[in-house]
Formats: sequence, structure tokens, C-alpha cells
Amino acid sequence: MPDMKEKYDQLQQVIEELKDQPGALMPVLQKAQGIFGCVPMDVQKIIAEGLGVTLSEVYGVATFYAQFTLEPAGKYIISVCMGTACYVKGSQKVLDKLSEELNVPVGKTSADGLFTLNATRCLGACGLAPVMTVNEEVYGRLTPDDIPGIIAKYRELG
Amino acid sequence: MEIYRSHVLCCGGTGCTSSGSAQLIERFEQKIAEAGLEKEVKVIRTGCFGLCEAGPVVIVYPEGTFYSRVRVEDVDEIVSEHLLKGRKVQHLVYTDHASHEQNANKSLNDINFYKHQKRVALRNCGVIDPENIDEYIAFDGYMALEKALTRMTREEVIDEILKSGLRGRGGGGFPTGLKWKFTYNSQADQKYVACNADEGDPGAFMDRSILEGDPHAVIEAMAIAGYAIGASEGYVYVRAEYPIAVKRLEIAIGQAHEYGLLGKNIFGTDFSFDLKIRLGAGAFVCGEETALMRSIEGKRGEPTPRPPFPAVKGLFAKPTMLNNVETYANVPQIILKGADWFCEMGTEKSKGTKVFALGGKINNTGLVEVPMGTPLRTIIYDIGGGIPNGKAFKAVQTGGPSGGCLPAELLDTPVDYDNLIAAGSMMGSGGMIVMDEDNCMVDIARFFLDFTVDESCGKCAPCRIGTRRMLEILERIVEGKGEEGDIEKLENLANTIKATALCGLGQTAPNPVLSTLKFFRHEYEAHIKEKKCPAHHCQKLLQYVITDKCRGCTLCSKICPAGAITGSVKEMHHIDTAKCLKCGACIEKCRFGAIVKI
Repeated sequence: MPDMKEKYDQLQQVIEELKDQPGALMPVLQKAQGIFGCVPMDVQKIIAEGLGVTLSEVYGVATFYAQFTLEPAGKYIISVCMGTACYVKGSQKVLDKLSEELNVPVGKTSADGLFTLNATRCLGACGLAPVMTVNEEVYGRLTPDDIPGIIAKYRELG
Repeated sequence: MEIYRSHVLCCGGTGCTSSGSAQLIERFEQKIAEAGLEKEVKVIRTGCFGLCEAGPVVIVYPEGTFYSRVRVEDVDEIVSEHLLKGRKVQHLVYTDHASHEQNANKSLNDINFYKHQKRVALRNCGVIDPENIDEYIAFDGYMALEKALTRMTREEVIDEILKSGLRGRGGGGFPTGLKWKFTYNSQADQKYVACNADEGDPGAFMDRSILEGDPHAVIEAMAIAGYAIGASEGYVYVRAEYPIAVKRLEIAIGQAHEYGLLGKNIFGTDFSFDLKIRLGAGAFVCGEETALMRSIEGKRGEPTPRPPFPAVKGLFAKPTMLNNVETYANVPQIILKGADWFCEMGTEKSKGTKVFALGGKINNTGLVEVPMGTPLRTIIYDIGGGIPNGKAFKAVQTGGPSGGCLPAELLDTPVDYDNLIAAGSMMGSGGMIVMDEDNCMVDIARFFLDFTVDESCGKCAPCRIGTRRMLEILERIVEGKGEEGDIEKLENLANTIKATALCGLGQTAPNPVLSTLKFFRHEYEAHIKEKKCPAHHCQKLLQYVITDKCRGCTLCSKICPAGAITGSVKEMHHIDTAKCLKCGACIEKCRFGAIVKI
């Protein structure tokens, strides 16, 4: 894992690379989100200075889009699809079960920093409804009963 | 070029990849090499086959044997039996839901799911390797671009699209040719072509499948559009949630450059064209054209009033022509085969085909492409295989959060833009979610309003505040706190929002409520007046009762956290509905199925 200085250097490099293209703010924020896992205020300040825009503009964009987060997320990001196809097949119950099992409200991170629970927009895997992802791993045709086993697996991994 | 005796096509679409098709491909390659067949059999990862329900899907050609729900363990058998000895593995062959027929000799096109389909936009999906430009070219790829650039004037290209009657497949249904013409007519030193791949409607995934399965078709069409309107640059705006689509598009753009099909002086003409990809960042409103352009400019994706229309002042304040992925996917075929060929399909005012994403309570979930005018019944029952578990059909939802729910009486409606609007819904981008008797229509309306409230960009008051007030009323109703007059309040708010919201998303946001009120008003009334949910879905309105199947084991009274269950040993128990929390713990514990929700 690169240390913080390395991350800031990476960010500067991204800014240098992209700053001359039109509409650079979005791609820069996307890269920053990838590097830091979130875009906290100090990162936004660096971006604002680097691109020559106001901090308020950066903040405005960063808070508009769901993909950007201001706080770091857990090690495992659980996203339960709340698209229509998944919803009519019971994804709400899957989400409720996760919230209960992890003891976190939707959109928050568990106290141990292990899990972030999100309700997400349609993942486009409607054939597998209801669907959730844990980081890159996809779980389909879920029932609430599947949840404890899946969570236990990740808890074991730590 | 090497010649192979057999081809193993594995679906590499998102659905099948999620259920492990990447591992299948690895295993096939390994086993084929072990059997010494690597010079005879080729494994190809294609785009989406459409029948996601049966995934992961594998087809072996030249026989066309259709294997479904293939697991990694099954690969060894397919290789050792089918590929080595030529014996089809009968027990892995796809079974038709409706007829329960499992026929290894049946070709793909004879299967019920495919029989009624007509594939134009999806023609290469599941057929070619999307990461190999040569395969696209082998299927007439880039011939339309060649024809347009070397044998047609810009005006002729626009005329052909106009004549074809092609309408925007993203939802609005605006005539594509007119859009091209307006942008052509605008004078400017720079114009842009843009592609809307910000597929936000929940339950719709055709654009994703086209980008994943046939990315070159979109690139070719955008280049044709660039030539026609006089643009040298294009942007594809893709959802960040679609990593496979983005990757394949990047590969395809790179290959097109290598072959001189993008870049300077394409086909030796003076036309130059280049494409850039921009990623969305999770904002539904960015599917609206003016919001999308603001987002490409690196700003908050908020819509702006029209006029000025993008054809006059769009991206970076220059004339811009924005079409949806599926719309573009039709363009090369129209140029190549002519507008007359395209017009033979469809209805009077809606020409060609439409791709639908069938989902929800239906046997064959997946992507289907049918001629416009195909009745809902054909799509849901003949292609979709009907409703699973013997349940009754209740409604079909089209048009996403901007659309509506249609009841069984309207199943014979021929699907096209105008008929769906007349019926109280809309085409939208093509999501088609089927609901059965267990789905509560008031809750579905609440679900869509929840979506809209969450995704409202907040710029105009009718959408920002109005939809929230509607959601509050709906939440009250499903919780059993509905009041007399709520329906009228909902209708009043809905009509005001429709009339006054700034953009298309706000104006259509009340549609899910209006259409369910029109067709399922009795469900609203039951919630409000009788405090009952006819579908037994809304938790707070359910009553738990113990039937005479009760043997008096006392298990339920011990587990009940509220102490609501009373009764003595070996005697029928009773639930005090006033104390009952409706948590369902008793139902889970009861071994006799004696507790029911009414």
C-alpha cells in the first residue's frame, strides 16, 4: 500500500496530465477517488489549486455525484441492487437483513471499519435478481437466509 | 487466418460473467489444450446472448448446441464428450420453460425465446468476439461508414435516416433524422457528436449489452453521424458502473484507430473523426441530455432550460448531436440496407425494432429484440415464458421511473411509442418489469418516488419539493396511516409537477403514481380505507393469525418478543393483534404452518 506522500504525488501527476483537457474536473476527481478511496477536503483543495478552479466548484461537483465520497469506506463495500427487477424480487429484504446482521444503517460503515453497506442503482444483472456485490464479487439469486453465511466468510478473512 | 472445425461461444455479458463465465472460458481453454484440440477448436468470449436466465450460456458451433447454466465442473464433460467424440451432452442442453422440451438438435432460432425475435441492434451480440475488430468487419462492419463517406453526400445520409423513421431509443422517441438535420443546419467552427450511454433506468441493460457485445457498431454509427452533421469529435458518456462496457469500448476505439477507421482522413477522404470516453459518476439525472453535457464539461449534472437546444448550443456551447446507444446501433444497418428495408419492420409511426430488458417475475429474464408493434402478451408469454411458480400476472412496468404500470387488460397492446403513451405508460429505454399478485402496486409507486427523490438534482422546486411531498404521502399510505383525501392530494401534486418541472425527468416523475392510480386505484383505497394491503406485501398492514392447524406446542409464544401470543399447551394459540409487532418470528418458528398473514 503506497504511503500518503506517494498518493499525493500520484494526485499531482494526474492533475498535470489532465489539466489542459476540457472538462478535466470530473476525470481528476474520479482518479482521486481511486487513489485515496475518497475525496476529503484537503484533496479537494489540491485539485482546486491544480486546476485553477474554486474550492466551492470542486465541492459542488464532489457532492453532486454518488460515486464520490468524502469519508473513507470500509474494507468491503457491499452494494445491494435496488433496481426495479431486484426490488420486485425482494432485494429490500436482503438489504434489511444485511443492515441487521452488520448493525449499520444503509449508507454507513460498520464500527470495525470492515463493511460499508450501500443501496445501489441497477447493476444491469437483472437476470440474477436480487443481486448484490461485495467489492468486485457478485452474488445473485439471493434470499435473506444467504446473508449470514456470506458475511461470516468476509469476517473470517478480516 | 486459421480455420477451426468447432467454435465454443461463451457469453461474456455482465449477467453471465457474474455467474462465472470467465472461469468457464479458462477451463475450456485448459481442457481443450489438454485434449490436444487447440488447433481444431476455438473458444470465443462473445457479448450477451440475451437469455440471462439460463446463464452462463455456451453455444457450440457448427452444431449450434445450446448449453445453459453451465458450471465449471461441466466443462470437462463437454470437452471430452462433445468436442472430442462428437456426442452432445444431453443433460446440459437448454430446457424450454413453456414446453419443458430439451432438444439438442434444435437450432437457437427455433427456441421459443428467440423464435419471435428480430435482431437488428443486437445482431452481433452473442455472435462475434467484441474485442476483435476483424470479426465485426467480417459481419459487414464499417461497410456503412465506407458507403457514407465515399458514395453518399452528407445530405443523402441525413435523408436516409429521416426516411427510415428511426426514433430515439433512449425514451423520448424524437425522430433521429430531424436531430441530425437540425445540427447539420447549425453553423459553427466546431460541432460535436455525443452518445448517451448513461443507462440509468433501473431494470434496463440493453445499452450496456450493446457496448459489451458490439462496441464497433456504436463507433461506426458515431463516425457516420459526425460526417453527416460536420463534426470531427465525439464523446461517449458511459456509466462508471459498467466497467466491462468501458473496457471493450476502449479496446474497440484503439483498434479502429489502428485500422484507420477513426482518426485523420478516414477511407482516404478529407473526413477526420475522433472519439473520447467520459465516465459518469452515479447521477441518474445525467441521462437527461442537457445534464449529460454539463457533466462532460466537468460540472454538476444539472439540466438547463431548452431552448437553446443542443443542436444549436450544446457541449462547450457548440452545436451537439446526442443519441442513445441503441439508436446508434441501428444506424449502420439503415445506411447499408436502406431506409426501405428498415421501414418494413414496425408500425406506422414507430419503425424498426426495439430491445427490451425483461425482468422481475418472469421465467425467461433477459434481453429481447422484437419488431415495434409486437403485443405485450407475445413478449411476456411467448418469449418470456410467462410467470413463474404458477402465480397470476398483475402488471408490467415499462419506461422506468418515468413510465407506468399496465394491467392484464392491456396485454394485447401492440408495443410502440404512441400506444404505450396512450395506455398511460411510455417506452422509455426499454426496461420491462413483470409483477405478479404478490407485488403491491402502492409500494411500487412508493419505490419509484423514493428513487426520484433520491435522484432529483434539486435545481427546480416542483421536482425537489413536490416529489418529496408525494413520497411522504405514499409512505404514510403503505404504513397504514393513509387519510381520506390522500389520493386527491397525490393527483394534484402529480399534475402540478408534470406541468412545471424543468426537465423531462421531473415532468415524468409522477407517472408511476398516476398510472397505478389509474389502473390499481382499488389497492390505494384498500390501504387507506380498510388499512389492508391486497397483495399481503406491506408489512405494517398485515395481520398475523393462528389457524386451526395449531397443535399448541407453545414455541411461538416463547419466541414472540412482544408477548402477543397466548394459549395453553396442546390448545390452539391466539395472537393479540394490538400487541403484535409483525416481525414474522412466529411464522419462521412454527412447524405446522399454522400462522398466516392476512
